[in-house]
Amino acid sequence: MIRLEKRPQPSRAFSYATPLLAVLATFFFGGLLFAALGKDPIASILTIFWEPLFGEFSFFYRPQLLIKGAPLVLIAIGLSLGFKAGIWNIGAEGQYIMGALFGAGVGLAFYPTESMFIFPAMVLAGAFGGWIWAMIPAVLKVKFGTNEILVSLMLVYVAEQFLASMSLGLLKNPEGFGFPGSRNLQQYPSAHNAELITGSGMHWGVVMALIAVIFAYVLFERHRLGFAIRVTGEAPRAAKFSGVNPSRLVLFCLGTSGMLAGLAGLFEAAGPAGQITIDFNVGYGFTAIIVAFLGRLHPVGIVLAGLLMALTYIGGDIAQSQLGLPAAAIQVFQGMLLFFLLAFDLFTNYRLRFGRTETA
Amino acid sequence: MKLTTLFASAAVALGLATTAMAEDKTKVGFVFVGPIGDGGWTYEHNKGREAVEAEFGDKVETVYVENVAEGPDAERVMTQMALDGADLIFTTSFGYMDATNNVAAKFPKVKFEHATGYKRLHPNVSTYSARFYEGRAIQGHIAGNMTKSNIIGYIASFPIPEVIRGINSAYIHAAKVNPDVEFKIIWVYTWFDPAKEADAAKALIEQGADVVLQHTDSTAPQAAAQEAGNVVTFGQASDMGQYAPFPRVSSIIDDWAPYYIARTRAVMDGTWESMDTWDGIGPGMVGIGEISDAVPAEVKEEALAMKAALADGSYHAFTGPLNKQDGSAWLAEGETADDGTLAGMNFYVEGITGEIPQ
Repeated sequence: MIRLEKRPQPSRAFSYATPLLAVLATFFFGGLLFAALGKDPIASILTIFWEPLFGEFSFFYRPQLLIKGAPLVLIAIGLSLGFKAGIWNIGAEGQYIMGALFGAGVGLAFYPTESMFIFPAMVLAGAFGGWIWAMIPAVLKVKFGTNEILVSLMLVYVAEQFLASMSLGLLKNPEGFGFPGSRNLQQYPSAHNAELITGSGMHWGVVMALIAVIFAYVLFERHRLGFAIRVTGEAPRAAKFSGVNPSRLVLFCLGTSGMLAGLAGLFEAAGPAGQITIDFNVGYGFTAIIVAFLGRLHPVGIVLAGLLMALTYIGGDIAQSQLGLPAAAIQVFQGMLLFFLLAFDLFTNYRLRFGRTETA
Repeated sequence: MKLTTLFASAAVALGLATTAMAEDKTKVGFVFVGPIGDGGWTYEHNKGREAVEAEFGDKVETVYVENVAEGPDAERVMTQMALDGADLIFTTSFGYMDATNNVAAKFPKVKFEHATGYKRLHPNVSTYSARFYEGRAIQGHIAGNMTKSNIIGYIASFPIPEVIRGINSAYIHAAKVNPDVEFKIIWVYTWFDPAKEADAAKALIEQGADVVLQHTDSTAPQAAAQEAGNVVTFGQASDMGQYAPFPRVSSIIDDWAPYYIARTRAVMDGTWESMDTWDGIGPGMVGIGEISDAVPAEVKEEALAMKAALADGSYHAFTGPLNKQDGSAWLAEGETADDGTLAGMNFYVEGITGEIPQ
């Protein structure tokens, strides 16, 4: 008989090996899936993982990795703060939308004035938009003990309605022939989150993501608050005795993750996307949850995980057009990654025992 | 800076490469907003792609990417196709408009065709769309005749001119045969979401609608109507023939194949030019699916006569006298709407209740 036995101590080795094992297992079973679809499995996996990094046109794809990865990392870093403390912000997608609406709204309000203060004001407004949206579940949890998972998730749908209303009404491009969607901020220099070096993919969102990573690293390694977050997650009662104020922690974790999600939304709206449209949000807020866990809630891990997810998206699209792989197969492939991660995660706390079951 | 140079030289090299390989295959790319199995919008565009392959055989190579989000993802996918040597790229969603023009600026040798948009900022960008409202006129005529409760439900996607045009056209022709008819409109803010569409259909049926029109792409409303029993529907974008003869009594079919074949041929011949195409029933871009026997024979006959008149241009779907919703005059007796007004239509005609969401 095979059975699971709880380890006396979580295995450190396994906690580091899990992501790697998950990636390898995904390669293997993903390869089987592609083979079953009649595609060359090795070529498929090479197209997804090799082509964007080292292929003929990698000069184009590498910057795209930053563009696709930056919002994921920025949001995931914020989420990791709460997740470590057992505070579950599932509504980053909504905070991302509100950040974009507040930030772009400020920029559009100044149109067509040119001033160097407009972009900074948009950044502040974007951060505020995300923060205030996350404060709703935070305050409700602190005051009335509501479940932040449900409230933050439901607010995503409210934010989507706001987004639709804004694209059709207040922020609609007056020169857009009645079509929904705002003016394109890429054509408004003062509000445009342009590439800092042309062709590099580096925009302020990428810079902000790197700052957030360093900030989170210092917080966890060196700061008392980081310690309080960890203790609360691992032993809530012990945390209370050691003087951690759980309400303030909820406000801090949800507020910060909302703020970072809002910033990600603003940088996206003012940069790569360029405008507020009904379909502005493409799921970064949800994908970031996967990124946070794939990166073991560790700042450096999150950077790597964000880039890996970005790579599967970009490589997946290349595989679709070059090899004719269906989009659904790519999504299954991405799903496998999370599935195997969670499956192997079990072995951090448990080990397999072979042999006879002992009778109780 | 180095990267820009690289980018530019790659673009140039590709331009050279594509001309050098002109004898070779013409590569046509398609960027799809939904899955090719949606049974509606993207499904029909993909059928157009297959028609291009069937027409030109091994002279052409087609590639596609499905489920491409609007915004930077679309821009990346288009760039990737251009880098991979596509000669012609069809971008099949309104939201791809700015991305299409951005990428077109970087690849002047590659031709771009953007569906349902209006921006042609570069000489290598064309736009194309279909006069779906002609099909709506026929639907309205049948719907007005079929309803017994005099309540017609309408599942609308986004309050953009194309959708508003469809509502107006259907209403005008339903009210013409049945002055007591009332339209109930639900805005679902999606092109494709079976769950939301089904909810909307059920809500409309509960409010007494016995005809449900849809401007969304899934077959979920058809299934909801089938379940309810006595509710008439029409296929949207695709024939949705699996629900015929009832509840689906007819359909509007987007037939992109002739256009896609013509434009691919133009690229092969070197006669491709930037232009705006807005075709209807006449040139075959809008098809009317088989009108089933659930429709009384004389209504069917009238509908087919209207189809013929729309096709040969002897009848326009927006012919006066018509007033706007607020009662102000729009078209005088015998006057027809001009394309400019239709393209930017943002008002209801007289008789429709409710407001266009802002």
